[in-house]
Amino acid sequence: MTTPSVPLLQVKNLRIEFPTRRGILVAVDDISFEIAAGEVLGVVGESGAGKSLTGAAVIGLLEPPGRIAGGEIIFNGKRIDNLGFEDIRKIRGREIGAIFQDPLTSLNPLYTIGRQLTETIETHLALTHTQARTRAIELLEEVGIPAAAKRIDHYPHQFSGGMRQRVVISLALAANPKLIIADEPTTALDVSIQAQIITLLKKLGREHGTAVMLITHDMGVIAETADRVAVMYAGRIAEIGPVAEVIHHPQHPYTIGLMGAIPSVGDNHERLSQIDGSMPRLTAIPAGCAFNPRCTRVNDVANHRCTIERPSLLPAGKTRAACWLHDRLGQQSTAINQHTVTV
Amino acid sequence: MLAFAIRRLLQSVLVMLAVGFIAFSLFNFTGDPVALMLPPEATQADRDEVRKSLGLDEPSYVQFAIFVKNGLQGNFGISLRLGRPVSQLLIERLPATLELAMTAALLGLLIGIPMGIFTALKRDSWTSKVFLTGSLIGVSLPNFLIGIFLILIFAVWLGWLPSFGRGDVTQIGYWSTGFLTQSGLKALVLPAITLGFYPVTLIMRLVRAEMLEVLRTDYIKFARARGLTNHAVHFGHALKNTLVPVITITGLQLGGLIAFAIITETVFQWPGMGLLFIQAVQFADIPVMAAYLCLIGFIFVSINLMVDMLYYVVDPRLRVDRATLGGH
Amino acid sequence: MVDLMRRFFDSDIWHSFKRNPLVIAATIAALICLFAASLAPWIAPHNPFDLKTLNLLDAFSPPAWIAAGKSEFLLGTDDQGRDVLSTIMHGSRVSLVVGICAVFLSMVIGITLGLISGYVGGALDAFIMRVADIQLSFPAILIALLIDGVARAVIAKENHDQVAVYVLIFAIAASGWVQYARTVRGSTLVERNKEYVQAARVIGRRSLAIMFSHVLPNVMGPVMVLATLHVGTAIITEATLSFLGVGVPPTQPSLGTLIRVGNDFLFSGEWWITVFPGLALVILVLSINIIGDWLRDALNPKLR
Repeated sequence: MTTPSVPLLQVKNLRIEFPTRRGILVAVDDISFEIAAGEVLGVVGESGAGKSLTGAAVIGLLEPPGRIAGGEIIFNGKRIDNLGFEDIRKIRGREIGAIFQDPLTSLNPLYTIGRQLTETIETHLALTHTQARTRAIELLEEVGIPAAAKRIDHYPHQFSGGMRQRVVISLALAANPKLIIADEPTTALDVSIQAQIITLLKKLGREHGTAVMLITHDMGVIAETADRVAVMYAGRIAEIGPVAEVIHHPQHPYTIGLMGAIPSVGDNHERLSQIDGSMPRLTAIPAGCAFNPRCTRVNDVANHRCTIERPSLLPAGKTRAACWLHDRLGQQSTAINQHTVTV
Repeated sequence: MLAFAIRRLLQSVLVMLAVGFIAFSLFNFTGDPVALMLPPEATQADRDEVRKSLGLDEPSYVQFAIFVKNGLQGNFGISLRLGRPVSQLLIERLPATLELAMTAALLGLLIGIPMGIFTALKRDSWTSKVFLTGSLIGVSLPNFLIGIFLILIFAVWLGWLPSFGRGDVTQIGYWSTGFLTQSGLKALVLPAITLGFYPVTLIMRLVRAEMLEVLRTDYIKFARARGLTNHAVHFGHALKNTLVPVITITGLQLGGLIAFAIITETVFQWPGMGLLFIQAVQFADIPVMAAYLCLIGFIFVSINLMVDMLYYVVDPRLRVDRATLGGH
Repeated sequence: MVDLMRRFFDSDIWHSFKRNPLVIAATIAALICLFAASLAPWIAPHNPFDLKTLNLLDAFSPPAWIAAGKSEFLLGTDDQGRDVLSTIMHGSRVSLVVGICAVFLSMVIGITLGLISGYVGGALDAFIMRVADIQLSFPAILIALLIDGVARAVIAKENHDQVAVYVLIFAIAASGWVQYARTVRGSTLVERNKEYVQAARVIGRRSLAIMFSHVLPNVMGPVMVLATLHVGTAIITEATLSFLGVGVPPTQPSLGTLIRVGNDFLFSGEWWITVFPGLALVILVLSINIIGDWLRDALNPKLR
């Protein structure tokens, strides 16, 4: 994987807040990551970890009262988090596409898929209606809708779930964006269809040179698709690195636990491990490392540092992990790799 | 389409039979129907003839069948109070009520829909809050009180508009219209505003609630993510989905308006069916009450049927599967 | 009931109440109306129904702040020299009693039918719900008018005045039970499939009573919202029927009757006879509706 000098998307110190009656909730707290052109970045984490909010923030679709309270989002060398409504709208769909979880509800039931495709194409590209329709049919063929020229005039409810998600993908690709944010694109689908959709997404990304930010809680999907993966926990990135490294040599105790909880064929462990407890609520994130109440290694770091000081992403093995065990200046970490897991 | 239409039609017929049965009961359980249907000066021969024609010696289901048959032919007997055939009275009064109700419904749509859209899209604006509070006052004001206040201000104090009657009407065949003369139009203003008040507030609240609901849906979020303009999202996507349920309620509301016009007609002495009906209630004029009930029932059922068909045209989902559109 | 109390004083609702000046104002207004109405015989400045104290010379006296007004009649007097303020207080009493009784009766009918419908199911359920559907498509006022009209046809005229109020309460109640029935039925259907009911059925116990005690707390929130808003509607319906001349008899005037009587003097310039009862009615209903509206939003977890 070659990384160009300027990444396609840079997120720097992003912070997302929800003002509520009982005070401000910090849903995403100081996260930074990059996506290179054509790269697939998987973002994984439990629900409530802040993955979807991060995706929504990138395309400027945070729903009020949620708001970006700090940091920068830079796309193609241009800052986009502070753009006016019209400017960010022109980027949406044109430069950054999006796919949401539920294909059953992502399409307007009262319009044909053709009308929804052509309106998207005409919004972003200077094409006549006939040209837009031709392109729409091509797109449908590309995502594998049989008899596209006929199906284009059908309504969403006339398609199966998997077919609808293909239509959604064709909509996201309509103006050939450079980045697609895919938020749980397969969660609502049957397992057999999930694989098809993932394969399709991967193939289209490669053919069009489109980068993908793949948000999911399904590590299996990430393993199959992503180049790199960011593991999120309680609004923070716990670990980020090349997908094979994170899976086979996880460095953050949370990631280690996560990998241990995934069953796999030919698993030589007797039983699956699990992480005790659950992710803290946003109203009650502990001081220091957010994972410390559940971490089995919390006593391996001197001076209660994990409960006092929040770790930043530190180089750890071939990935980067937000864990004081990897603070080579502060303390020697030797034993971490003994938990290496094979998946 | 045909199966759908037939099913709906059958349901409508059932409802009409139920309404007819209530009207039939009105006759049979509130005294001697023969006395009710004939003027007091009728002879015994007249009575016997009516009794026979009504089939009162027959079992009650046969009587009901005869009642339905007569009803279908528009024969509801003679008004006790006015001594004239009820159907004739209703036909005379129908145009006045329909013109009033249509104007009020139009007001409701033309003012209510834009206000609903506005309050949904700019929900935190000052104007929206004024509209919403105003609409609460609107539903809290009894209809007759609105009429009285309007009369007091515009007829008594300012003297701009007439406070009762229909003004000059033009007769076109069976239909008498107030739309064609200046005094007819002036006379329509206050009653139409009075009657239109409730549909305006209702439609506004309904459009607002539906639109807010629709704006939260995934397909609207996805439409925004596709980079569509606000205009396209709000008026291309959200509005159409909003209006589907609004059609039903507005349609049903039109039927309600015709019945509701009873109050407005009383306040403004508007010579419609409602005024006729209220006088019938005061005098226990059963034939008029029964006929009015059947007519209102018929109007309701027809409107319902039309609304269903319209739904069918607007919502493609109904055209294929038979799933009902519930769950709102 | 305990559950209901707990929900009422749940901190979220209390908090929302404290932050909402409009609702506080409405509550105060509603309490004043309730107070003035219920204590009318003792606190009203005059007794408008005591013919001995009435003086026709006092008739048509305008409100006190108008030059021709008399200070003893704050809001003026009507055609018979009755103090308008006092008649309003007595009238609100009638309006409130009719409204609240009608809503209570409506609730009892609706909850019972809803429970039976949900519990028994089958043809009876289908029948009750079809009746509800049909009734719902007609305006409440029309149904109330019909019932009143039938009562007039059945009951002899000389007896009618005595029972008019009861007929009115029944007519309003019968025109409003549907929403309660639907709410309770929905909740009953959920409850019916729960294990304790199934278990009770298996061991042959009559589970209706047990279920009733379980369903009731669940539906109390929505039912209270419906009832609050319904009180406003019922008062309007009562006023409308009285205005149309088919409601309470003039011997015991409600607000609607007062407005009807005053309406005759609108054109001769004595506007206060109509306008003040009208305003009283608006304030009463508006404050009830504001409270009901707020209650609905506050109890709706979706909007929180």
